[in-house]
Amino acid sequence: MAFTIFQPTGYNRLYQYDLLQNEMNRLFDSFFGGQRREKRSGGFPALNVSQDSDNVYVFAELPGVDGNDLEINVDSDTLHIKGQRKIQETGKDIRYHRQERGSGQFSRSIHLPFAVNTEKVNAEMNQGVLTITLPKAEEAKPRKINIKTA
Amino acid sequence: MVEKEFTVDKKEAKPPQEFTQEGPVYNPDVDIYETDEALVLIADLPGVLKENLDIDLNENTLTINGHVESTKLGTPVYQEYQSGDYKRSFTISNVIDQSKIQAELKNGVLRVKLPKAETAKPRKIEIRT
Repeated sequence: MAFTIFQPTGYNRLYQYDLLQNEMNRLFDSFFGGQRREKRSGGFPALNVSQDSDNVYVFAELPGVDGNDLEINVDSDTLHIKGQRKIQETGKDIRYHRQERGSGQFSRSIHLPFAVNTEKVNAEMNQGVLTITLPKAEEAKPRKINIKTA
Repeated sequence: MVEKEFTVDKKEAKPPQEFTQEGPVYNPDVDIYETDEALVLIADLPGVLKENLDIDLNENTLTINGHVESTKLGTPVYQEYQSGDYKRSFTISNVIDQSKIQAELKNGVLRVKLPKAETAKPRKIEIRT
């Protein structure tokens, strides 16, 4: 089956990936019975991205990760998140019944759909949820165009 | 001890009854370990505020119920995970001193300490010759 993919005009670089992923999900869902499914890249942490006219927001769930163990770098259109989670509580008399929480090092990079103002990037951790606010560069902000009448 | 690797998939709770409210409900990942004095339960509850967390002990069932307030910042353009409430129950034996249970929530991690009752603590038995 061939399907045409429209070239997005520099708006969202994740768009093409989305198209393919959606198509695959739709295929699997129709086969395995309509389960809700999120997009996956397989990297840790899972990221959510949202935007408004001024900023791009990147969210990640990182419970138990100390802000000092986290390294966030931005070059003009790529965001790098690197860090580690130390959770092991060990001792002579500690016997584990269950161990489901992951630990260790992680790193992830995400390509942003437009340039950001790297000077004003802000990151905060709240209840184990990381929120990174990336202000869009001036040239990437939406601009209202006035129509001149003759 | 072998370290457990990171997983991205959240485990959706599948209770015998349906929930009345809409939206996904997840089973948080937990570690449980035992020492001579207590049983310690650690659960990942990212995004749960202290006032939105209920820890309930009913007969022998300990239930953790955390509500996540969804953040509405901008319009979502790309989503790899969903936010939802957390719920998980554990059966706790009688050897726990239920009146001395302590809980603390820090950085999205809940830690519940369940001290053992005096009678259940290991005791060394002297052998007389």
